[in-house]
Parts: sequence; C-alpha cells; structure tokens
Amino acid sequence: MSSVLDLTALELRDAIASGEVSSAEATRAYLGRIERLDPTVRAYNEVFAEQALAQAERIDQARSGGRPLGALGGVPLAVKDNMCMACGHTTCSSKILADFEAPYTATAVEKLQGAGAVILGKCNMDEFAMGSSTENSAFAPTRNPWDTARVPGGSSGGSAAAVSAGLCAAALGSDTGGSIRQPAAFCGVVGLKPTYGRVSRYGLVAYGSSLDQIGPLTHDVADAALLTGVIAGHDPRDSTSVLRDIDDYLGTLDEPIESLCVGLPSEFFSDALDPEIGAAIRGAAETLRNAGAAIVDVSLPHSRIDVDDEGNLSSYAVACYYIVAMAEASSNLARYDGVHYGHRTPDRTDDIIALYSKSRAEAFGPEVQRRVLLGTYTLSSGYYDAYYNKALKVRRLIRNDFDAAFEACDVLLCPVTPTTAFRLGEKTADPLTMYLQDIYTLSLNLAGLPGLSIPAGLSASGMPIGMQVIGPAFSEQTVLRVGRMIEQASGVRRLSPTIAGSNTQE
Amino acid sequence: MQNPIDPDLVRHIGVLSRIELRDEQVDVLARQMGSIIGYFDKLQELDTDSVEPLAHAADVFNVLADDTPGPSLEPDRALANAPARDGDFFKVPKVIGDSS
Repeated sequence: MSSVLDLTALELRDAIASGEVSSAEATRAYLGRIERLDPTVRAYNEVFAEQALAQAERIDQARSGGRPLGALGGVPLAVKDNMCMACGHTTCSSKILADFEAPYTATAVEKLQGAGAVILGKCNMDEFAMGSSTENSAFAPTRNPWDTARVPGGSSGGSAAAVSAGLCAAALGSDTGGSIRQPAAFCGVVGLKPTYGRVSRYGLVAYGSSLDQIGPLTHDVADAALLTGVIAGHDPRDSTSVLRDIDDYLGTLDEPIESLCVGLPSEFFSDALDPEIGAAIRGAAETLRNAGAAIVDVSLPHSRIDVDDEGNLSSYAVACYYIVAMAEASSNLARYDGVHYGHRTPDRTDDIIALYSKSRAEAFGPEVQRRVLLGTYTLSSGYYDAYYNKALKVRRLIRNDFDAAFEACDVLLCPVTPTTAFRLGEKTADPLTMYLQDIYTLSLNLAGLPGLSIPAGLSASGMPIGMQVIGPAFSEQTVLRVGRMIEQASGVRRLSPTIAGSNTQE
Repeated sequence: MQNPIDPDLVRHIGVLSRIELRDEQVDVLARQMGSIIGYFDKLQELDTDSVEPLAHAADVFNVLADDTPGPSLEPDRALANAPARDGDFFKVPKVIGDSS
C-alpha cells in the first residue's frame, strides 16, 4: 500500500474500518508531516497533537471492540480558526482573540467529532475572514504549497494549503464571498460553499451573517460529498438553518444526470479573465458536451464585469457585496469591546468609551478597521438609503438574474478567479485590487446559492486553475454530481504540489 | 471626482465605530475609503425604484424557540475570558457620571 498520506478521506476511513491501517498510525503520519512542513507552509495556528492521538486511540479501541466508527471514523481533519472549539484557542487570526478559549464547540465541528473524526488543529485565515490571500492574518501569512512565493488565497487559505500540502485529509473552511472556493482554486483542491442555511453557523464567528456558510475543502469531489453529508442539517441553535432533509450526496454521486443542461454566464468570460483560465473552462464544457450534456449561453447582467480604458474592473455585484458585507461586519464586530473577552488596552482609563476605542484600535488589523469604518459609514444617518438600502435592492436584482438563468439550465459553469495565485505582497497596497479577487464568487453568496470549486488542471507556469459549478438553492446533490462527471471525464483529480521535501512517499 | 470622505469625516466615523484613530492613519484612510465609496457609487447607475430590498437570501422568518428553561453557561465559564472581573461581574471603568 502507498503512504496513508496519499489516501483521500473516504479511502482512509475505509482503510481504518477494514483494519488495513489504524487511526493512530494515520494521525501520527499527519502530525509528523505537519512538524516537517508547516514551518514553511504555516497552514496551522494551533495543532492538537495530544488530543488528536487520544481520539485516534479511542477510534482504534472501538474498532477492536467491534463498535461502529462513524462516517469519518479515525480520519484526521483540520478546522478553520473561526469555528469555536472547547479545546485550544479560537483566534480568527486576530490579535483581539489571540488568547480566547471558547467555552463551547461549533455545531459543524461537533458533527465531525460525532462522526468519529480526529481534529488535528485550527487553520490560519485572513483576520475575521476578511481577505483573499491570508496575508491579513495577524500572526503570519500562509504560503501556497505549489509555490511558496505565492499566496494560497483566502480567507480559508490555511485550510486549503493544509489539504493541498497533505497536512490533513480534509478541512472545514467558511465562505462569505468566495473564501472556500478561491483558495481551493489557488491550491488545486476541491471546495464547496453550501446553500445558505444548509449548514449550521452556530459557533462560527460571525462576519457577514446573511452571507457566511461553512463548507469542506477536500482532495476530490467524493470527499466533499462525504463531509457535506456529515455537517449539513437543521440546528435549533441557528435560526437560519433550514428544516429540510439532507440528500445522500455520496451515495448518488455516480448516478448519471439525464439531459443535463449547463449554462455558461457570458459576463464571466470577458477581458477581465485570464485567457488560459477561460480556455480550461471551455475545455471542461466541451468534455461535458461530449458526455451528452447540452451547453447554452446564459446571462447574469448585474454580475457583469466592466473594464475601463485604464484596465480598471468594476461590477455591480462587487459594489453590492462589499456594502452588505461591511455593514454586517460593523454590527457583528461591535461585540469586541475589551470587556467580555478578548484584548483590553493596558492603558489605564477612567472612561468606558476610551476603553472600547483603544482596545479595538490596538487589536484590530488595518483591513478589519477599514471594513468596520466603511460599514459604519454606509449604515449611518443620511447615507443608509444611498448605500445600504440601495445595495439590498441590487441584491434582489442579482438573485433574479440567477433565477432567470436557472430557467434555462440546470447548473452554471464558470471561473472561480480572474487569475491563478498571485505573489505575496502583490495586492496588499490597494484594498480595492484585493476585493476584485472575488468578482466570480461573491454573487452567489448574495443569492444564497451553492457553489463548487474543482481543479481544471495547471497553467503553463504550473499553478492550479479552478472552475466553479453553481446550482439553484439546495441543489448540492446535482452540483456534486456534475463536479464528479467533470473530474472523471477530464482525469484531473488529486493534484499534488511539489514543495521542497513534500514527497508523500515516506 | 472630489473625495466624499475628508479627514474630519474619518475622525467622526472613528468615534461612531469606537476605534481610536491615530493622526497618521486619518489621511490614508480618507484616501482609501474615498476610492472604495467611489466604487460603491457605481450602484447609482441602476434604477431600483420599483425593486424590493433583499436583506436575506433564506426564506426563514421569525423562528421562535420554545420558552422552556435549559442549561446555560455557568458564571465561571462565561467569565473565564474576561480581561477583568470582580466576583461574578465583568469589571469596567465607571459608566455613569457623578450625580453632583
């Protein structure tokens, strides 16, 4: 058998269940690789070596006792550091929560544990999930395992890099405007942002509450189906989670889709897109056509991307998204006050307002401060109608565009990112250039829809290209089946980076 | 186009946001926020007079929990991360002014 590190989460689960390998062996192999490679990749904020091995041994004992192991029995996974866990710290990669120890565990993580998973640790991210490169982490940037001079994307960059570099079998991330799908594309892994309400947000530190959703980052589509099936479902502790049956994502993955119709949103194939990425996605569309699918052009007019004479990009969807996300962020982050938990200024002050204002100024990073300030501005008296209320109206127009597109087709196929992974420092000078990373991903958060990012091969310079499959609300089953069709027909599956000394054959 | 955000407005938003801004931050923020707000103004191109706002994509409204008592965080757990505490209370500087 090849190394346990080469197995997908599903393969590893089956190997553990059949006794071919123990969970303790697998966990030790991952911990060893983390020790060797994570000083370079910096995917983890915290590693739970002792607790992980204890959990692995419990699973191995359950197996010897003939007890059932669960859908993820013994499989070592990682979790983005904005999901609360009663073990260790929950930092959101922010100085304001650097020492915060959550008193409870997020529902999605609890469900992984309930399915027998071993949690290896917490993954680095852009501070409070605000960013597209993981350079906004207050601790250190994460590196792309394909080229450590490049970013892994963000904000779930630590989770994506950990999966890509083989530092966990799969991971959870969160996606507010592309934060699962964009890093998945940059690191050559699979990422699913489920429908809003499909996965409980209880215990997910809130950024944009009407947009945030937890989802998996994995080696292949089958693992995404496996993890989504485990974390999905209604939770009385999150009033926005829906009472709706969970489809059998994994069990139906290989069922053929009768008369599948795939739409290509013409607005997403403009000059803003790297031609190499456009060609890769058109190639995938051709593959689907050869497999019997119909390919049609559709339109998402309010997600259109305009390029002016100077090459500047603009889009209604980007403007709408950032107004909504920043407004929600400014409200959600009001809770960090230096009183209940988190950083408090060491300055002695007799004034409670000064205590709030100094604590927040000292411990929020520049991007978080900018978003809170902008959100406060757009919600303030006199500007509310011009910005926030206007954005909510445009949000409806964006959703109507998707509704109309899905009258003409079953799923959309489109890019995830305008380019492949960029270099560290390349986009940090101007916040707007970083926001434009999300031009193809954020519309569907505004509409609440599911989106899957899967690898579409490598660019000429050897960096992964991602493509996105988008479906109507609660169509995860279809989206995953289309992803599986592309994966099987194209033969692009489980891309492996070659960072120094990263050979998984040990 | 004139920047809609001047340094005084940045300072005012800083007060509303409860973030103490240093003087050297204010000019940079005025420029950055001005260019981002300028970008937001693109939405004014769209006629939305007859469009209903959409605050939330989920069709879930007013979910009520049963009014039954259940376990909740004990004071020691709730206060475990407090920067300063006094018994079972969060400790803060004086909030209410002297009545004299």
